[in-house]
Amino acid sequence: MSILQNVQDYIKNLKFSMIILPVFSILLALIFGSILIISIGVNPIEAYKYLFTGAFGSWIQITETLVNAIPLIFTGLAITIAFRASIFNIGAEGQLYFGAVFATWAGVTFSLPIYIHLPFAILMGFIGGMIWGAIPGILNAKKGLNIVIVTLLMNYIAIHFTDFLLNGPLQQPGSWNPQSSLIESTVILPIIFERTSVHAGLILALALAVIVYIFLWKSTLGFKLRMVGGNKKASENAGVSIDKTIILTMLLSGGIAGIAGAVEILGKHHRLITGFSPEYGFDAIAVAIMGRLHPLGVIIAAIFFGGLRAGASVMQTAVRMPVVAVSVIQGLVILFIVAGTAADIDWSKIFKKGGGLK
Amino acid sequence: MILDILQIIFSAEFFYASIRMTTPLLLAAMGGLLAERAGVLILSLEGMMVAGAFFGFYGGYITGSVWFGVLLAMIGGALIGLVYAIATVSFNANQVVAAVGVNMLAVGVTSVIFRGAFVGGAGQATGPQFLRYRLHFLSDIPIIGDLFFNHIPLVYLAAIVFVLVYLFFKYTDWGLKVKAVGEHPLACESVGISVTKVRYLTIIVCGLIAGIAGSTLSLGYLNRFVEGMVSGRGWIAFSAIILGGWQPVGTLIASFIFGAANALQIRIQAYGLNIPFQFLLMLPYLVTLLSLFIIGKVHSPAAQGQPYSKE
Repeated sequence: MSILQNVQDYIKNLKFSMIILPVFSILLALIFGSILIISIGVNPIEAYKYLFTGAFGSWIQITETLVNAIPLIFTGLAITIAFRASIFNIGAEGQLYFGAVFATWAGVTFSLPIYIHLPFAILMGFIGGMIWGAIPGILNAKKGLNIVIVTLLMNYIAIHFTDFLLNGPLQQPGSWNPQSSLIESTVILPIIFERTSVHAGLILALALAVIVYIFLWKSTLGFKLRMVGGNKKASENAGVSIDKTIILTMLLSGGIAGIAGAVEILGKHHRLITGFSPEYGFDAIAVAIMGRLHPLGVIIAAIFFGGLRAGASVMQTAVRMPVVAVSVIQGLVILFIVAGTAADIDWSKIFKKGGGLK
Repeated sequence: MILDILQIIFSAEFFYASIRMTTPLLLAAMGGLLAERAGVLILSLEGMMVAGAFFGFYGGYITGSVWFGVLLAMIGGALIGLVYAIATVSFNANQVVAAVGVNMLAVGVTSVIFRGAFVGGAGQATGPQFLRYRLHFLSDIPIIGDLFFNHIPLVYLAAIVFVLVYLFFKYTDWGLKVKAVGEHPLACESVGISVTKVRYLTIIVCGLIAGIAGSTLSLGYLNRFVEGMVSGRGWIAFSAIILGGWQPVGTLIASFIFGAANALQIRIQAYGLNIPFQFLLMLPYLVTLLSLFIIGKVHSPAAQGQPYSKE
């Protein structure tokens, strides 16, 4: 009886945290967002209609959504690993830039057979992101620097540094534009659906989600990482090295964000250009939080937010609602979910006396 | 080249520009200090400044008055503070994640209104701008007079805010209460200080001041709003609090160092030295990072970042 009760409670909790809370938060965000939309004189129902048909209305639209979702799955997984260890890596954007730089370098410098060149370029992306993730990890573990602030500052440095490379060493010879040469054809990720721009990065992203799941829940290292995330003192007493865990987590998190940058170049842009990332590294935080720091949730959330970005362009042309409105929705979703998780609200009693706040 | 840079550093213009560039950082850091000492991780400074920059411009634009702009900037900053306070104090939300959410919200809301309200010509719209105001008598002091007392009024306002925050923590009961809430929230509650009330108030006052900080950019440096114009100043102000050891004077010095780094990068660009400008743009962030590295481990308020619930 009591075991059955436990299982029922577990399922109830899971249903709440994985499904009810995110869905509820999105709805609430859309309602609050509509106030803003009305305030600039646009009909919110009209705006949302274009937003959702623009995201999921037709096969072409859906493929556009999937293309947007690819980098978000990678960066969302990067954030998931870090946040699971309670390490607040807000620097996925910078790590993504470094991954893109390293992968581009590998892509324009060498001529190799595809089965060596492509994995090599992706590996370089991983290494680039890893380097940029390792620095704050080491500074935090060894010197006690605030990881949030270090990763944030390093975003700006990475973006300016990339800009320097594109106007200097990595610039396409003879070009005045801030862009690199086109990468070799042997590092281009192939298109997987004909007549669309969905590239093989999607398969890599889904595969990585499975790997991250196995790592976090089926491996000793992943267990240690989550343990440190749950309770630093207890894990230290159990003999887990906090410093090592922090550095390892940042290596992995940075590396995965780096792959996101690499895949964007190898699959989508085929050259490094300024502003190639519309802040995927920050959107990733919304993705990871909405995905409840779970790989499956991350995939769903990435497709949702990727869709919002695709739909927002349609909405912008149709009703003059700027694309940046997506940030409002993202910000609100983050706030509602993070407040809803922590507030310890008894949702079954929310509409009864006492409002449900315990 | 090193000689050229030294020549820039030891010029009066550089010192003057440093004071100018310190102003928004000092304001934001002073506001942040209030909330930080109450045990709140005030990573929402960036969003408050974004709101201040936009609403400062907007208020100035619709009325033509810079001071009305400042007022609206304060309201904008305080609203962002209110959202942050509701999430973190009432709902005990994780402060880092809530701050990310609040900052995204601030960027989104201001950009949507900016582009929505100025259809077609958002980039061209200009508002009023603060003029230099020479403080008589004081500005007649040789050398120092021109450096310190011939600025826009917001610079003097920042100095006043600094003095007020300093006095607040040093001499008032309320200052003591705020510090106590940041160190021992549980003990405070037992002697009848409401932790919730203190944290709400400090976050909202922080929003008011950080709003002014944001308006320095759109009403002081420029006469218009540019998306992304805050560009991490909120984070740098946050770093100034850490570097200043959560003390007003220390935070003032740290803010000045970061302000000077920004002034230096602008002066070197104007001087035309042969350094790629992207490296100069990195300078404020690098200097911030480096100074955090030098200062190393710090002692933050004991209850920092801990949600507090009566149980």
